[in-house]
Amino acid sequence: MPQAILNDDSLTFAEKIISVKSDGGGKVHRAGEIAVIGADMAMAQDSTGPLAIKVFREMGVQKVWDPKKIHLVIDHSFPAPDEKIANLHILIREFVKQHGVRLVEGSISHQHLLENHVVPGMVLFGADSHTCQAGAIGAFATGIGSSEMAAVWASGRLWVRVPESVKINLTGQLKKGVYARDIITHFIGMVGEDGGNYKSLEWNGPAVKNLSIASRACISNNSMECGCKLSIFEVDPVTQDYFKTANRKAIFEIHAGQKAHYKEEYDIDLANLEPQVWGPGNESKVRSASEFGDGHLDEVFIGSSTNGRYEDLQVASKILKGHKVKAGTRCIITPASRNVFEKAIQGGLAETFLESGAVFTNATCGACVGTHLGVLGENETCLSTSPRNYVGRMGATTAKIYLSSPATAAASALEGHIADPRRYL
Amino acid sequence: MSVPAPSTIIRGRAWVWPDDVNTDIIIPFRFKARTNDPVEMAKYAMYGFDPEFYKKVRPGDLFVAGRNFGGGSSREQAPVAIKYSGVAAVIAESFARIFYRNSFAIGLPALEVPGITKQVNQFDEISINLQDWSVTTKDGTEYHALKVPEFLRGLMREGGLVEYYKRHKSFPWEQMQATPGTT
Ligand code: SF4
Repeated sequence: MPQAILNDDSLTFAEKIISVKSDGGGKVHRAGEIAVIGADMAMAQDSTGPLAIKVFREMGVQKVWDPKKIHLVIDHSFPAPDEKIANLHILIREFVKQHGVRLVEGSISHQHLLENHVVPGMVLFGADSHTCQAGAIGAFATGIGSSEMAAVWASGRLWVRVPESVKINLTGQLKKGVYARDIITHFIGMVGEDGGNYKSLEWNGPAVKNLSIASRACISNNSMECGCKLSIFEVDPVTQDYFKTANRKAIFEIHAGQKAHYKEEYDIDLANLEPQVWGPGNESKVRSASEFGDGHLDEVFIGSSTNGRYEDLQVASKILKGHKVKAGTRCIITPASRNVFEKAIQGGLAETFLESGAVFTNATCGACVGTHLGVLGENETCLSTSPRNYVGRMGATTAKIYLSSPATAAASALEGHIADPRRYL
Repeated sequence: MSVPAPSTIIRGRAWVWPDDVNTDIIIPFRFKARTNDPVEMAKYAMYGFDPEFYKKVRPGDLFVAGRNFGGGSSREQAPVAIKYSGVAAVIAESFARIFYRNSFAIGLPALEVPGITKQVNQFDEISINLQDWSVTTKDGTEYHALKVPEFLRGLMREGGLVEYYKRHKSFPWEQMQATPGTT
């Protein structure tokens, strides 16, 4: 029964996986329909989890559907920067104990799941918008809120609308100094902030094979900034290698049909891309890093679920090595997971960061959400590798946030203003 | 945390907001991360535009917003802050998908009416009918919101997931057959 759907040439990735996972058992669900699907995994973090716990208790549900499939992650503000947050962390730990669900502290949820748990063909609901990151390995992964998370905890199921799909065809080779982050920033600049709303982005084309899993994760993660529901890279030899090393197995390898219907199609020639910067604020245009003047940066933040992976820190360390961060600019480097943190120490990256004058922190969302480890004050200006440049995102509402790749951020930390990274590579 | 389910006809004065009002504007992370109490969250509603908003809003007020209202984070605290500040419903040209789902889940009426910001001025008295999902502007013109599947309308009429589950001991989508939808 699922085999017929998996082989159906007229279906998109989203249509296939929802049809396979839906209660209908074999009924085909096309874009626009609503279906109820079972979850293989559910995740909530320390800023959505407490509200989900409260709602779960108010509903009066006694038991969770499957404790092994439920992950709680304390990542946004870890370790707790103040008493109020500490108390919400306690609420999470108590719930974990009561129901025997999984808990991780001090790694960003999306990176933790990528390193340890998600596999192709899985349905993952996460109470965090960037859950769509797991599309990078061919999973159905999407964000929901706290009450719906409580419903998933109770029943293991949720309604979904089958999204329309958008195909993005990547060709050509990235030039030196240009990275996955520049691809997705360029794409968001092209389609706008709601250009992907309710849609499934499917990344295709000959250039995909040159993108590592970390690079794909960056793109799938940051795709949220155009509002998408899913952002998918189908399983290919790169994915297969990754799972061989990780010793995990796919549930399904889902490939979109050759005759599937796409609502929109885009072509991006990677050879034409320059290092991209988006800001200040989300209403601004995406521009090339080289177009900026010498406006002073108070802070440079390298980290977050979008760009806090080992591959990102390696690029940053290559640029920072043997140089000093500009006086008057603070550079904060925050790995996305405990694993990345340890590797950065073992690989000598941490030493390079410290020698350059940067601050190297524990793994957490940290400065990305403005609760600790790099909060911006009135009128400060920051260049960040996190996904969002919204007003007030990293602290004061008067602060200005620009976004870029880790390479651009590292070069900018050295110069104290937005700089093109290519002269350091 | 009990606010009555929305009544069928809601009348109120409209606050008009622009396109792309994101969740960090609606309630910044640093405030929502520090409380689990909806009444406390409401004090920071629309903080990114006006930190004093909660003092100015009156119970029963409505929101009329442009495109992509509620973009960004999955934070349910955003619709919760709006609801507990006293706002009875949000009408927008379009919603970001998680905000839209969250609004139904917590029982904050969310109506998608393309072009609505051009028909309403700040503080106009307008009304909403949750029976036929329509909006009537100051001059009496009626606009229909985009179609919403019946199970979601029912969820809204019952006041959100907590109330629904308490009453039925199941979720509204459990018995649903596959239907065409617009959400
Ligand atoms: S790093 Fe930022 S964007 Fe990523 S999960 Fe944490 S808060 Fe969200």
